[in-house]
Amino acid sequence: MSMNLWIILLGGLATYLTRIGGHIVLSQFNTIHPRVQAGLEAVPAAVLTTLVAPAAMNGGPAEWAALLAAAIVGLRGPMFAAFVAGAAVLVAMRHWLS
Amino acid sequence: MPLANPSREHLSDFWRGLRVGLPIFVASAPFAVLFGAMAVENGLSVVEAVLMSAVIFGGASQMVGIELFGQHIAPWLIILSIFAVNFRHVLYSAALGRNVPHWSPLIKAVAFFFLVDPVFAESERRVENGKPVDLAWYAGIALPMFGSWVFMTWLGAAFGGQVMLEARGIGLDFLLPIYFLGLVMGFRGRPRWLPVVAVSAIASMVAYRTIGSPWHVSVGAMAGILLAAALPPRVIPVEQAAMEATPS
Repeated sequence: MSMNLWIILLGGLATYLTRIGGHIVLSQFNTIHPRVQAGLEAVPAAVLTTLVAPAAMNGGPAEWAALLAAAIVGLRGPMFAAFVAGAAVLVAMRHWLS
Repeated sequence: MPLANPSREHLSDFWRGLRVGLPIFVASAPFAVLFGAMAVENGLSVVEAVLMSAVIFGGASQMVGIELFGQHIAPWLIILSIFAVNFRHVLYSAALGRNVPHWSPLIKAVAFFFLVDPVFAESERRVENGKPVDLAWYAGIALPMFGSWVFMTWLGAAFGGQVMLEARGIGLDFLLPIYFLGLVMGFRGRPRWLPVVAVSAIASMVAYRTIGSPWHVSVGAMAGILLAAALPPRVIPVEQAAMEATPS
């Protein structure tokens, strides 16, 4: 087998270990400390924020307006409405600015 | 006979999951095409590029992987880098595992293979809305996501960069941050949401500028999570908790 193939397969195995590892470690404990619980509750917001903030930092007016629109709609409406509003503002602003 | 046709129930759960996943399929497709095109550019064959998407199934780590492929770096170092970039996933199964006690160990072992950012976020959102994460619903979001990721990689690998030319004009390159922001807003009912988001945002931007991508994800996320763990636990009476859970 070629070296590339080995790297790909072992990279896949390493990735799979990260996907099941957290549950395997945590399921060894019968009780979960309140601070661990609080940390786990914060996981989605914390991780997802790191996927937005640097992208916003690298963006321009069109990207900022799109995120602002998504955030405002997201305060009131459902998630999908926020997504559509942000995407619509992005396309409109890019068209308008170029 | 209320249980006459359980398979129909499962099928509608599957469709519900698929509908929830629709924006993700659209938003992640350009990244799969981009990965396919870049993988071939960096010397991988089309088969290797598609295989990489199928066994790793993690955009950022795949990009880092092919970046290193082209630089004559020791193989174990490439594997370690892929592991490091994907390390945040440890948190996902730890968090979601508590909410799927009805899954057998075998189902968990298979299902958690597909636990990437959007699948985790949508599953947590479903828990947030008080609904169970059924296997059929989960499959409805995870399997098409996986299929589209692999197929779009092939498209990019086989037809190259020409597919990407039109992407910017219709905003495809920036759909994922918008989608992720929408998800972040969905979690605003959770305790300590605002301080967690603020600290993660600042830490990830500083890390992006100093250490560089993709490490800003781990650094930023850990900052927010540690803050949540360090803040004094918020003890609230049951009635008040019930009122806060009701949308105004």
